[in-house]
Amino acid sequence: MKQKLYLYTRFERLWHWTQAFLIIFLLLTGFEIHGSLEIFGYEKAYLWHVYAGMALVILTAFAIFWHLTTGAWRHYWPVKEKIPQICYYYLVGIFRGEPHPFEKRPDQKLNPLQRLAYLFLKLVLFPLQFVTAFLLLSYQWWPALGISASFRKVAYYHTAGAFAFLFFLIIHVYLATTGKPWYSHLRGMILGWEEVELR
Amino acid sequence: MAVTSNWCRCTSCHAGYGWKDKSFDFAVEKIDCLVCHDTTGTYKKFPTDCGYPPLKDKVFAGKKLFKAVNLAYVAQHVGYSTRESCGKCHFFSGGGDGVKRGDIDSTLIAPPKKIDAHMDAKGLNFTCATCHTTTAHEIDGRHYDTPAPGKRELALPRYEGHLVKCEACHGTRPHRPEKKLFDWRLVKLNDHTDRVACQTCHIPLYARGLPTNTYWDWSTAGRFKDGKPIVKMGPLGRPEYHTKKGTLKWGKNLVPVYRWYNGTYSYLLPGEKVEAGKDPIVLIKPNGSPEDPDSRIFPFKPHFGKQPYDPVNKLMIVPKLFGPKGSGAFWAEFDWKKAAAAGMKAAGLPFSGKVEFVETVYYHALSHMVAPREDALKCAACHVRQGGRLASISGVYLPGRDRHVELDKIGQTLCLIALLFVSIHGVARIIIALKRK
Ligand code: HEC
Ligand code: HEC
Ligand code: HEC
Ligand code: HEC
Ligand code: HEM
Repeated sequence: MKQKLYLYTRFERLWHWTQAFLIIFLLLTGFEIHGSLEIFGYEKAYLWHVYAGMALVILTAFAIFWHLTTGAWRHYWPVKEKIPQICYYYLVGIFRGEPHPFEKRPDQKLNPLQRLAYLFLKLVLFPLQFVTAFLLLSYQWWPALGISASFRKVAYYHTAGAFAFLFFLIIHVYLATTGKPWYSHLRGMILGWEEVELR
Repeated sequence: MAVTSNWCRCTSCHAGYGWKDKSFDFAVEKIDCLVCHDTTGTYKKFPTDCGYPPLKDKVFAGKKLFKAVNLAYVAQHVGYSTRESCGKCHFFSGGGDGVKRGDIDSTLIAPPKKIDAHMDAKGLNFTCATCHTTTAHEIDGRHYDTPAPGKRELALPRYEGHLVKCEACHGTRPHRPEKKLFDWRLVKLNDHTDRVACQTCHIPLYARGLPTNTYWDWSTAGRFKDGKPIVKMGPLGRPEYHTKKGTLKWGKNLVPVYRWYNGTYSYLLPGEKVEAGKDPIVLIKPNGSPEDPDSRIFPFKPHFGKQPYDPVNKLMIVPKLFGPKGSGAFWAEFDWKKAAAAGMKAAGLPFSGKVEFVETVYYHALSHMVAPREDALKCAACHVRQGGRLASISGVYLPGRDRHVELDKIGQTLCLIALLFVSIHGVARIIIALKRK
């Protein structure tokens, strides 16, 4: 039996898609600054990267506030159960038409693997990117702020973070197509309602 | 090539009266005031008279008439120096208009804004002395004080009389938004001024007025055709070959080369031993390094040449060029061995009797012909992976040019593996789904 569930509130959807747009845009402009792409021209790439970066910081601030006040942060609390089963599902079960070992419910929207991945994103990658970006932007004031670092190394960490984001994005976008039918996760993230198999 | 043994030709500019040899005493009455302070335009020095102006009509090189100077008239019309009076010497350094420097030539008498944003005759109309302020006749620049006097900061509120550094008038963060409150782009441009000299971005090309000499091969000098000297003109209206000078190459609108520079040079001095190798011998080299907070990345004109060298003593030869027949002067006898012997003797240096020609280069810092703001360098002129203007500059992390090669490889590989994996996974899913139907 299938049931329609309201999984994603309006704020979550707005946040998710704005973030998705910003991160893709930051990747494009960032790798143009890096010298790998040529799309907007160096000056525009640099300026828009910084503006988009600031926008992402502000958006993240709102999102943190929202997660804390609504208690939604609990969705990211890591759990151990079923991780091997989920790995098995994606490597084998999905090809055999087996059901997903995890049941989505409004009070547990994210499967344990997602929880780990998103927690890593929120606790490691975002802070890494924001802290290195702050350093890159403020290097003129390092002496005044008492910071001693190497600009070159900070840029390397920022670039490493960018590759991590790109890696995440590739897997994430693909996994978004593994619903049944393939667009059901995507539709859920756009409309808020997702049809979920009940057992 | 050097002043020694050629005094009367070179000192026709290098200011004074009767600077004939090493023993010139620089007394006040021998300093030529009029060359700078003439406003009539009639005061001209005779090119080979040791700095004296012609007191009766005289012909130079059989062609050009130098009219006698009416000293009383000139003296009654002295005034502040003008671009023209300074330029009488400075535009012609190297022996002709724009030859040596590439950023100072006679277009600066009345330049359009495109050529010089400050000396723009219809705009700011700066004279040379607006920047080269003088204190008690010591003209600000690299020659009385090395490096040039003044700090790299706004000369206000404590004005000490020095304006020759761009920062003296513009400050260290010169880019300010005119209409908007805040412009990140200008903030970023300001962030560059601690490492990149103003000149680097604001003098995008040199020799924008007249052609400048880029290569001077003395080794071919002294050829004659039917006993007559040869002057063969090139496409830029400058000689490609000149019997007295050799083979010459010229250029216009040239891209500078960039070096770390702290305002001082190292000179190869006459008598200093030097090994001739594959690369040209560097006669004048800018000093500076990325570790030094006073160094900046600065634009230069490299001046290449082929000059006489003594392979036995390993010395650059200081030949005698100018002089009468019998003195050994090259321009009278066209014999490098004689010219070398005479020149080295005058300089008090040994000469083995052997003359070879070696490639040489020296560097000229560019500070003039500041272009209007819209012509300043664009970001991508420097921030590109290959072929950028600063390709050879080390000691800075230049985003877009520099990267951690291994990090890039690992990142790209991991992302490609991920892409490959999800592609295979996806295709397998599609095939299975189609089979089930
Ligand atoms: C916008 C300001 C400005 C103006 C106007 C200006 N100069 Fe300069 N000039 C400079 C600066 C800056 C330097 C480099 C000083 C240093 O070494 O740091 C310089 C250096 C020089 C040098 C020494 C070059 C060298 O390093 O060997 C000469 C010669 C010179 N100027 C001549 C002139 C003449 C002639 C004029 C007028 C036609 C003129 N300048 C006008 C700013 C100016
Ligand atoms: C004696 C003071 C003085 C010095 C020295 C000086 N400037 Fe200026 N400069 C001015 C003034 C005045 C203006 C016109 C006001 C303005 O546009 O900000 C100007 C304008 C400019 C402009 C804008 C031109 C435009 O497009 O309108 C540039 C670029 C510039 N200066 C660069 C330099 C550089 C590079 C140096 C050093 C080689 C330098 N300046 C040295 C006084 C100075
Ligand atoms: C990284 C390159 C770069 C460096 C270094 C740089 N400038 Fe500029 N500068 C520019 C560009 C680009 C513009 C044009 C800005 C615009 O579009 O308004 C500009 C504009 C200016 C203007 C015009 C007024 C304004 O506010 O836009 C002045 C004056 C000026 N520069 C002076 C300087 C001086 C003095 C220095 C050295 C302390 C310097 N610049 C160093 C790139 C540079
Ligand atoms: C003359 C060459 C040159 C031009 C033109 C130039 N840059 Fe740079 N840029 C450098 C150099 C050299 C460095 C490294 C030295 C430093 O840290 O200041 C640098 C550093 C940077 C950095 C990293 C350090 C920082 O300040 O954040 C950024 C970002 C940057 N440039 C952006 C730009 C942008 C945007 C433009 C065009 C508006 C531009 N650059 C134009 C030479 C240039
Ligand atoms: C998903 C997030 C982000 C990604 C993927 C990303 C990616 C990149 C990349 C690839 C570069 C080039 C690095 C180099 O070659 O040196 C770069 C540079 C830069 N980024 Fe980001 N970035 C992100 C977030 C941010 C944020 C939030 C800011 C701050 C507002 C920011 C500010 C900058 C700045 C100032 C630079 C230029 C610094 C340099 O010289 O390297 N970035 N970014």
